[in-house]
Amino acid sequence: MPSPPTKPEAQPQPTRSWYPIVGLGWLIPGGGYFLLKRPGRGALVLASVLSMFLLGLMMRGAMFQPQTGDILTTVIYVGGFIGDLASGLLYLLTIWLGYNQPDMAGHVHDYGTKFLVAAGLLNILGMVDAYEIAIGKKD
Amino acid sequence: MPKMNLTHFEASVLFALFSSVVLGVITKRTDSERLRYGLRCFAYFVAALVGLGWLMHLGHG
Repeated sequence: MPSPPTKPEAQPQPTRSWYPIVGLGWLIPGGGYFLLKRPGRGALVLASVLSMFLLGLMMRGAMFQPQTGDILTTVIYVGGFIGDLASGLLYLLTIWLGYNQPDMAGHVHDYGTKFLVAAGLLNILGMVDAYEIAIGKKD
Repeated sequence: MPKMNLTHFEASVLFALFSSVVLGVITKRTDSERLRYGLRCFAYFVAALVGLGWLMHLGHG
């Protein structure tokens, strides 16, 4: 008696190494999407992160330096530094070119500082999305 | 690098715009769903902005 036909096993999603995708995504915002052949999404992330970062610079926002102490100081300064650093090449170029804005009072400077951190955080979102596409969790 | 002076409202709307674009890009499966989600996020941002603005205005007395 012939055995009943078995269901074909689900084919695993094709995956690729995620290191260069996440690395390029950090260095150049949206770069991971370009490697994954999704230029439209890459361009949107690049435009958003770049615009936010440049607006932050034009508002003379301050870059965070990591500081430790009480928990609030550590969270704000180390978290802010990580957010700044997450902009990748934009952050590195800004520092290498000598941008050194002190933290000043005023709502425009304050918004600028937040824009600089938020640009990096948006880039982290893009990197995580590119990672999930690279490992086949998303398409 | 030119210096830019933005009002609270302008800076907040720009923040909402760029955040909504990225949130739209990284979520959902189809482009139309992404567009709708991005627009909805932007609308929520602006609604929260106006609502909190009025709350602070009224609370300030």
